[in-house]
Amino acid sequence: MTEPLLSVRGLHAGYGPFQVLHGIDLDVHPGEIVAVLGANGVGKTTLNRTLSGLLAPSAGTIRFDGADLTRADHAAIVRAGLIHVPEGRRVFPNLSVRDNLLLGAYARGRADRGATLERVLTIFPRLRERLAQHAGSMSGGEQQMLAIGRGLMGQPRLLILDEPSLGLSPRLTEDLFSLIATLHQDGLSILLVEQNVVQSLAIARRAFVIEHGHVALSAAAAQLTEDPRLRAAYLGL
Amino acid sequence: MISLSILEAGLVNGLLTGGVYALIALGLTLIYGVLHIVNFAHGSLLMVAMFGGWMLVEWAHLDPYAALPLMIVVMFAIGWGLYAGVIGRISGGDDRRILLATLGVAIVLDNLALVLFTGDTRTIETPYQFAVIEAGPLLLSVPKLISFGVAIVLALLLWAFMARTDMGRAIRAVAREPDGARLVGIRPGRIFALAYGIGIACLGAAACLLLPTFYVSPQVGNVFVLTAFTIVVLGGMGSFPGAVVGGLLIGVTESLGGLFLGESLGPIGISLVFILVLLFRPTGLFRAAR
Repeated sequence: MTEPLLSVRGLHAGYGPFQVLHGIDLDVHPGEIVAVLGANGVGKTTLNRTLSGLLAPSAGTIRFDGADLTRADHAAIVRAGLIHVPEGRRVFPNLSVRDNLLLGAYARGRADRGATLERVLTIFPRLRERLAQHAGSMSGGEQQMLAIGRGLMGQPRLLILDEPSLGLSPRLTEDLFSLIATLHQDGLSILLVEQNVVQSLAIARRAFVIEHGHVALSAAAAQLTEDPRLRAAYLGL
Repeated sequence: MISLSILEAGLVNGLLTGGVYALIALGLTLIYGVLHIVNFAHGSLLMVAMFGGWMLVEWAHLDPYAALPLMIVVMFAIGWGLYAGVIGRISGGDDRRILLATLGVAIVLDNLALVLFTGDTRTIETPYQFAVIEAGPLLLSVPKLISFGVAIVLALLLWAFMARTDMGRAIRAVAREPDGARLVGIRPGRIFALAYGIGIACLGAAACLLLPTFYVSPQVGNVFVLTAFTIVVLGGMGSFPGAVVGGLLIGVTESLGGLFLGESLGPIGISLVFILVLLFRPTGLFRAAR
């Protein structure tokens, strides 16, 4: 097996006295979609915030593409190509769609930004129609497309998608998952954090189930889908 | 009865004065838009800028307009340094503490100026300070024309900077969505210092534009800062067009108020316009683009 792109070992993190993560071990290999599953409040969002440098870990290591990013700040992490599309989208509501996308390349600078923008607009023709519109005036589904597009503008090597289907209609959710599958076919590595278990397992290769701040189970996605005991025990299906 | 030509003169004179008001208010509204606090040090920093310009004119024998680009750079550096070294450090990101920190800076600067320069009022002399241009029936003051022109050009440049550059986009992004900004690699602390620096740099320009027609003293900031606060609220807190239109409107109001009510009662006009705007448009003339 190849060297993992992202390798997390014994990660502890939390907010002051409230430790949320109690030793997370997790790998993502190049070109993989890895699903992170678990109920609300088990630490998935804290994990993402720690990976993207918004929260400093209290113990453990984060290695990405051979470099130690455990203590790196958020800007250095983005520049390394580890890009987090956050829960709740966090687009800039007062900026135009175009300005939102351009800022996605903030850490990389202007080199080949035009070409990247063209690529992103080809993936999301909807955004091209709305380049001049304020992001805050778009629908939830469009804002999610914009958030992913903004992430792609940074030319990620690994894209963290945090609850991308949250608040989307079943139809939009279906579109979203086929989009994620397409991005993966183009060679992008993806860490997919989702409550939408069935659809996540359908496109992921491996899955980690998180309970109470640690990894309760790590298995091939197919195995989780097929083994009724695992499904019942970990996913409540 | 006041004749039409006097009325016209008052109107134009007010517009010309309003340009500098707009510039001062632009700095204030920019800082408010990003940091969400009213910069209480604004008047004191304008005073610092005016003394800076005064020193360049009196001691280095520069023309005030030649000192202008220099003072923009100097005041940007002072603003940046104040935020990075003092205000940002004291505040730890808490809005109320930023507010108090700017108030503290104001008190220190005001008293420092009193110690260094005493309470005396100073003026500079330039060959053109009383120069006028005839435009039809109107006599236009040359330094006021220049100050209006430069203020409008600088306002347009600032607008272009905010709309067209990555730094400008980052400033607007951080103002509303700091976590989203971090996730594209923007460091909010640096952007705050940058925005504060630019807001204060506006004062460097305003100071040099005021010097030929105004005096300098340690209290001079108070003359302008209350007007600037009024303009920012009147225009819509954080709104660029609001600051410019509000600045011109207040300039005209002040000038016409003085014309009809006399110098001492004239400022009532400003309060009157202010109250009317707040009554009918509590969010200000322009909805803040935040």
